[in-house]
Amino acid sequence: MMVVEGLFKRFKGGVVLNGIDLEIKQGEIIVVIGPSGTGKSTLLRCLNFLERPDAGRIRIGDLDVDAARPRKADILALRRCTAFVFQNYALFANKTALENVAEGLIVVNRWPKGRAHARAREILERIGLDDKADAYPASLSGGQQQRVGIGRAMAAQAEVILFDEPTSSLDPEWVEEVLGLMKQLAAERQTMLVVTHEMAFARDVADRVIFMEGGRIVEQGPPSALFSTPRDPRTRDFLRKVLSSQAPLES
Amino acid sequence: MNLLDLDYMLGLVPVLLSYLPLTLEMAAAGMVLALILACLLAVIRVLAIPGLNAATILFISFFRGTPLLVQLFLFYYGLPQVFSALTEINGVTATILGLTLHFSAYMAESIRAAIIGVDRSQTEAALSVGMTNAQLMRRIVLPQATRIAVPTLMNYFIDMIKATSLAFTLGVTELMGATQKEAAGSFLYFEAFITVAIIYWGIVELLAWLQRRLEARFNEAYQR
Repeated sequence: MMVVEGLFKRFKGGVVLNGIDLEIKQGEIIVVIGPSGTGKSTLLRCLNFLERPDAGRIRIGDLDVDAARPRKADILALRRCTAFVFQNYALFANKTALENVAEGLIVVNRWPKGRAHARAREILERIGLDDKADAYPASLSGGQQQRVGIGRAMAAQAEVILFDEPTSSLDPEWVEEVLGLMKQLAAERQTMLVVTHEMAFARDVADRVIFMEGGRIVEQGPPSALFSTPRDPRTRDFLRKVLSSQAPLES
Repeated sequence: MNLLDLDYMLGLVPVLLSYLPLTLEMAAAGMVLALILACLLAVIRVLAIPGLNAATILFISFFRGTPLLVQLFLFYYGLPQVFSALTEINGVTATILGLTLHFSAYMAESIRAAIIGVDRSQTEAALSVGMTNAQLMRRIVLPQATRIAVPTLMNYFIDMIKATSLAFTLGVTELMGATQKEAAGSFLYFEAFITVAIIYWGIVELLAWLQRRLEARFNEAYQR
């Protein structure tokens, strides 16, 4: 459904994405893991053109974007098929929870306000926040804010939702409710690409886990294989470090 | 010996208040025009539009770097000498022009700071749902920048109201000019100027009250 070819991105400090090839199938749940500073977030941001890739190709549906020479309309179209969930929630501070979810429908999809609000209310019910419809982000807990952030992404009805470390800014007490909502979406076969350090989530939910280092995909496969018999020494090294600091995976 | 001639002061109030509309008109016109100009200048600075950006920096540098009184004299006495078409410029027009240019330089910087002050991640979030730059400015950034800018802009407005008193140096009989004339006729300088001071103070306090109400409304979304 979504195909990424030869994605390349250089910052002033050096090469961050060094030729990423990736195919995402409809309904697939992919988790990207790897040490910090290896381009995981940059990959997600390039897919949404929050960063502009230097080279590569992104195809999704009928859309075929040459990353080196994107047209303005292509960028807007690509953003409509890829929703984004931010590490720091990034809710619109001047809008209520309901308005945050409805905003894209009103401004981008040009829905009448009534219809957009009705849809937003449905989504708030699904994410268990219908009682917070009129609350502003400042009055919500971190977990609630991130659930609204996910609700905003759900409203876009994008082909794929990109999650950029959605639980990394959360106090531990809120992590479960956000992961729970993501599991609910995964069960509904919402296509998602998730950058996270939550190894238990990767093991339980992902169809495929991708290990990235140095701007490249080093190794990928189903979680059972990747976690139990990693082939590359860099993967083994990373998993050893991460798993020793988190709760053991055996359950 | 009477310290203050209270009867004179009370009698002076209605006389001076009849000049208040002119003072407020100059301030209001200056504020509206300065706001429009300042928004333009701020957007040029934020987007760093080539060419215009350098001109804007020079404009702000000059009008912030020279006294308002010098600018007023320049417009009223200086310009007609260079451009004969401007011999008709009257004191009120020159004052409004001076207030507009002078205060827009300050206000542009405070509006620019307010735009930059809106959390950058909200801009990214707006882009990520597919908004254009114009849409996200109008729906997300400017409403929040307005809230940030209100306290400083109100400060400039207050300053501008008081600065209209300089119009009296251009021969305009507004609140200050009228007081000067009354005082010169009665020799009760202290009474006259304390009366006008209280009138200015009262107007500014009224504005401060308005500002508090405005801020309370803008802050509704940010209560925890």
